[in-house]
Amino acid sequence: MSEYIKPLPQPSKTSQPFWDAAKRHELMLQRCEACHRFIYYPRARCPHCFSDRLLWRKCSGKGKLYSFTVVHRPSTRLFADGPYILAIVELEEGPRLTTNIVAPAEKLKVDMPVTVYFDDVTPERTLVKFKPAE
Amino acid sequence: MSLKGKAAAIGIGELKPYREPTDATALDLMAAVAAEAIADAGLEKKDIDGLLVGMASADPGMIYPSAIGEMFDLRPRMLNVLDIGGASGAGMIWRAAAAIDAGMCNAVLCLTADLNRLGRRRPPMISLMYEFEAPYGAIGANCGYALIAQRHMAKYGTRPEQMAKIAVDQRTNALANPLAFFNDSPLTIDEVLNSRYICEPLHLFEIVSPMSGGAAVVVASPEIALRSKHPPVWLIGAGEGSDRSSVTYAPEITESAVKGAAETAFKMAGVERKDIDLVCPYDCYTITVLVTLEDAGFCKKGQGGPFVMDHDLTYAGDFPCNTHGGQLSFGQPGLAGGMSHVTEGIRQLMGRGEDRQVKNARLAYVNGNGGIMSEQVSLILERLS
Repeated sequence: MSEYIKPLPQPSKTSQPFWDAAKRHELMLQRCEACHRFIYYPRARCPHCFSDRLLWRKCSGKGKLYSFTVVHRPSTRLFADGPYILAIVELEEGPRLTTNIVAPAEKLKVDMPVTVYFDDVTPERTLVKFKPAE
Repeated sequence: MSLKGKAAAIGIGELKPYREPTDATALDLMAAVAAEAIADAGLEKKDIDGLLVGMASADPGMIYPSAIGEMFDLRPRMLNVLDIGGASGAGMIWRAAAAIDAGMCNAVLCLTADLNRLGRRRPPMISLMYEFEAPYGAIGANCGYALIAQRHMAKYGTRPEQMAKIAVDQRTNALANPLAFFNDSPLTIDEVLNSRYICEPLHLFEIVSPMSGGAAVVVASPEIALRSKHPPVWLIGAGEGSDRSSVTYAPEITESAVKGAAETAFKMAGVERKDIDLVCPYDCYTITVLVTLEDAGFCKKGQGGPFVMDHDLTYAGDFPCNTHGGQLSFGQPGLAGGMSHVTEGIRQLMGRGEDRQVKNARLAYVNGNGGIMSEQVSLILERLS
């Protein structure tokens, strides 16, 4: 198996639970106990109401494909192993994520339903990607 | 409070962008354009008492403005660095006017230069935000603008040839600009659409080419401006805004903070969109121009595609747009590229557009854009008759 050379997340104390959950193949986001909104990416305070009462909650893993691009020529050689699909997914719970779609580009349409796909890129690290919903 | 008519641009300096590396540092380029702009303004170095600089991505340093001041032996009474990406050049102009209006200084040198660093880019892993971007290959600006274009096409039916038309008309403008890098051959819509995909739906010829270069503008008080060498170009409206850093977290990626920035600028200026004689919207990609024209109110939201097809964007046309060629054909000298839209607006209003002069140009709309449409600065410039 070839070595994984792409950038890997380096979790902070704040974001560690997100990546730990991903490794368990669970999508967990912070939810604000004060204004009841989910947030992404993980933060120390809610960006909506500034409350620090944030609890980790499991999410459905369902969302829609907000936008996508087929990257033919990446800005770094680290991603030169072939075209990949970079996307923004909007989760059912509200927040959007930068992610990849694991599917042929021809099958993709803006706003189509997608579902989470956990990619164990290294033994230690799992990235949160998506695929078209069945 | 308003900045209307409180200061004017009186001199410009600009290098022809170039692609191949030389021994020149970004500071060397800054010195070249600074000298040119001060001479163009009919001032001497000792007259400059304000300094605004854009940090060169090729030469990032701390406490940058005083280092530059020292290099050029300036004695600024106001100095600062602007860090709003490609919007920095336009952002300097209103900040200069504000400092002058506040009585802090009288003649501000607004300075940008940068080197082509293509191929030396490293994936950014410097903040919490990048932890959630770089692992997925969201690196560099190309993919961010492709995401905007894709959704704009899906939401509004915008077509590839409509975006391509922007690059084509701007190339026609560049052919009449000796300073433009791509000024030797015209471009057709088919050529744009047949160029290879970089980040689909964006083709190679819809994307700026990184260059080295620089530009500077001298902004001065009314007292100095009224005895300046060239017709002064007055700042009569300005607005600024930001609604994201990463495109993923924008409220709606097909819209931008241009809307608020332009609204503020037009209100301050007291002019209408139809009064504008030429526009210089920041163009790192074709889609940037399309979204900017919509959000600035030159057409209805979502109608940017039909709008650019219905209008001739060349210097001789009914809607002159980026008459210097835009960065797409002029070249993008890193973080300094955004100043080219400012200098072109000033040049045209001074009546120094030479072969590409827009007839009777009196009012220009200039927009600076940083990041993935993250930071926006709108300016309205006027030449009094």
